[in-house]
Amino acid sequence: MSIKAENIKYIYSEGTPFRTVALDDVNVEIKEGDFVGIIGHTGSGKSTFIQMLNGLELPTEGKIIVDGTVVGEDKKKLRAIRQMVGLVFQYPEYQLFEETVAKDVAFGPMNLNLPQAEIDKRVKESLELVGFNYDKIKDASPFDMSGGQKRRVAIAGVLAMKPNYLILDEPTAGLDPAGRNEIFAQIKKLHDKSGVTVVLVSHSMEDIAKIANRVIVLYKGKIHMQGTPKEIYSNAEELKKIGLGIPQIAEIANELRKKGFHIKSDVITVEEAKVEILKELRRRKNV
Amino acid sequence: MDDIIKIENVKFKYSNDDIKYAVDGVNLNIKKGEFTAIIGHNGSGKSTLSKLINSILLPTEGKIFVKGMDTSDDSKLWDIRQSAGMVFQNPDNQLVATIVEEDIAFGPENLGVDPVEIRKRVDDALNTVGMYEYRKRPPHLLSGGQKQRIAIAGILALNSDCIILDEPTAMLDPSGRREVMETLKKLHANGKTILLITHYMDEAVQADRVVIMDKGNIKLDGTPKEVFKNIEEIKKFGLDVPQVTELSQELKKEGIDLPSDIIEIKELVDLLCQ
Amino acid sequence: MFKNLTIGQHYPVDSPVHELDPRVKIIMTFIFIISLFVIDSFFPYLFVIAFLGIAITTSKVPVKFVLKGLRPILMIIAFTFIINLLMTPGRIIFELGFIKITEEGLKQAGFMAIRLTLLIMGTSLLTLTTSPIILTDGIESLLNPYKRFGLPAHELAMMMTIALRFIPTLMEETEKIMKAQKSRGADFESGNIINRAKNLVPLLVPLFISAFRRADELAMAMEARCYRGGENRTRMRQLKINSRDYVASLIFVVYLAAIIITKIW
Repeated sequence: MSIKAENIKYIYSEGTPFRTVALDDVNVEIKEGDFVGIIGHTGSGKSTFIQMLNGLELPTEGKIIVDGTVVGEDKKKLRAIRQMVGLVFQYPEYQLFEETVAKDVAFGPMNLNLPQAEIDKRVKESLELVGFNYDKIKDASPFDMSGGQKRRVAIAGVLAMKPNYLILDEPTAGLDPAGRNEIFAQIKKLHDKSGVTVVLVSHSMEDIAKIANRVIVLYKGKIHMQGTPKEIYSNAEELKKIGLGIPQIAEIANELRKKGFHIKSDVITVEEAKVEILKELRRRKNV
Repeated sequence: MDDIIKIENVKFKYSNDDIKYAVDGVNLNIKKGEFTAIIGHNGSGKSTLSKLINSILLPTEGKIFVKGMDTSDDSKLWDIRQSAGMVFQNPDNQLVATIVEEDIAFGPENLGVDPVEIRKRVDDALNTVGMYEYRKRPPHLLSGGQKQRIAIAGILALNSDCIILDEPTAMLDPSGRREVMETLKKLHANGKTILLITHYMDEAVQADRVVIMDKGNIKLDGTPKEVFKNIEEIKKFGLDVPQVTELSQELKKEGIDLPSDIIEIKELVDLLCQ
Repeated sequence: MFKNLTIGQHYPVDSPVHELDPRVKIIMTFIFIISLFVIDSFFPYLFVIAFLGIAITTSKVPVKFVLKGLRPILMIIAFTFIINLLMTPGRIIFELGFIKITEEGLKQAGFMAIRLTLLIMGTSLLTLTTSPIILTDGIESLLNPYKRFGLPAHELAMMMTIALRFIPTLMEETEKIMKAQKSRGADFESGNIINRAKNLVPLLVPLFISAFRRADELAMAMEARCYRGGENRTRMRQLKINSRDYVASLIFVVYLAAIIITKIW
């Protein structure tokens, strides 16, 4: 079971002066249980790519295969695919429309024509999954909530579809550090507990490195690098060259290496950096 | 008389029924030409404070003076807004016109500036933010970073001495954020007073002065070095600290001889390599 | 991709027609439309076609762009033609069951079709050669004298400018919300009319909320930039009548004279 992207090419505004190749020769497999991070800056094609995974956009060339079904081949299967592949857009709080939180979260399951009892159950479950107390929150108006809370309601709205794959586009955009950490912690918990496959899109390497187990770097519509966060990190120079920020720790390690320090190329956390630097300083003392 | 902005015991609440003050007894003076960053998590009162300075909101208690003008003095309203221009978070919702240069002209047009002079100010502002080639473009086709630079140019065309920016980079990607920070540093070098409200500590590190707000109050105030060395305290306010400072202090605890106020990578690398 | 949609249908090239003062163009278009309805024989339309032909050639806008403006109203032209053809009483020249076609009806229908076609072509030429913002400037300037009768000329122009500025943004937003709701299983494409209308709620509510939020923020940003209505406001771009406008006006007067002469005869 997996999502496979085979030789994806996407061109928009074909035949006009605005013709743009947004994606070119993209081959990816997202396996069940994976936690994949996609990074790239605006215009790298990452938003277009994730919209293909649930059939909102269809590739100009190539195929997306979700659990064996080719997306877009049969229009009748689109709804089933969108149930399997849940997509949380950037600033998802702007899609809320119902008078109460519970009603809004129920929108997805209702479109799936589930029995009322099942809908209620899912609404409760998903709101609890994103850290709400169901009884306290269910009758609240989403429009009276804070930005971070609204966002969690919107994520719950997608979770209520019970997707096997959860795709999130910049889920922390515009949030402060506390809000950001909270959302990430919840996504991580979700992945670990319910086993849902997560694809997280971000332009921040720092955020992705902490939680993803595989990273795909998109650059100008192509896959530029692919590997574990540590593998990607060890190419700090390359990441900087294509305009992606790298965390300070990676940069420090990188600078020290340039000055002749023997430090592993894949340090990510402050703790790891500390251990490595101390080791090196002690080694030098002993020489 | 060096202080371009004086905030004296300011308290503010959005409605009389509110129990908590959004801004709760702030005293802050901003010197002319200073580049100050105000950081704090959402709801710390930092955005409210910026709107108070621009006279979009009026203090419930206390006084704010911009270039000696009281922000609650109605007759000075337009002078205050002209002196302390404001850039907002959402780049889409502050551009008025369908063509870049028309948008930049909007401010001076409102002030009734002579057309020839407006043209000159618009061209100057476009050059300063490096967007001259884009002057005929429609704003909706620009990137987020470019839109924010246009918004900044719109304030420059007002000839404001002071520019207040309310989380101008919150909605931008890393390259857009870099563009905005580069522009601000350039303006600062040209003598503009800059008040940057943000929650990105890596931006705050680049300012002359950092003010940390929490629960409507100023908690820390000083140079980036003085402020960021208080790692534990800053973390308690729900903010990030520069990783380089954290790493330096961790190494210090292990007996390595390092100062506790390192905020730049180069500084740490150089000290370790000695 | 709504992003690349051009608003209005401005065709940006440099031409003498593009350079004309918008006010001159608006007035000419206005009188041109009146002239179309004054004419009641076929011969003078040759003048109209000749005049329009010269205008289009000078404007450097390809004829097919001018004709493109006709496409959306082709149905209306056809409908008007048929109504006039069937409903005008007079000398019957053709009869089939209840369908009676009269000589007057044929003539009347022909006039209406020609008038509407030329009217659309004329106004298309105005919008093709004038960017929306300059058009707005022109309208504001023309309406200015009526301010003392309480006509909010500046406000109307400002509203138009803001609408033009935000249409692409809101279109993009519509697309995004639509996709987000589709991801939650929403269906905007099938079902009967009532169901379809109901299905629009998840799109329209967020769109309205967002539009209000934008309006609110924009108002604040405008005030922060010292906006306080049209009083004492200057404009960077000044509208100026120059020799080109006089030449164009002269040509137009010749055209009008020709039409009037044929009318009197």
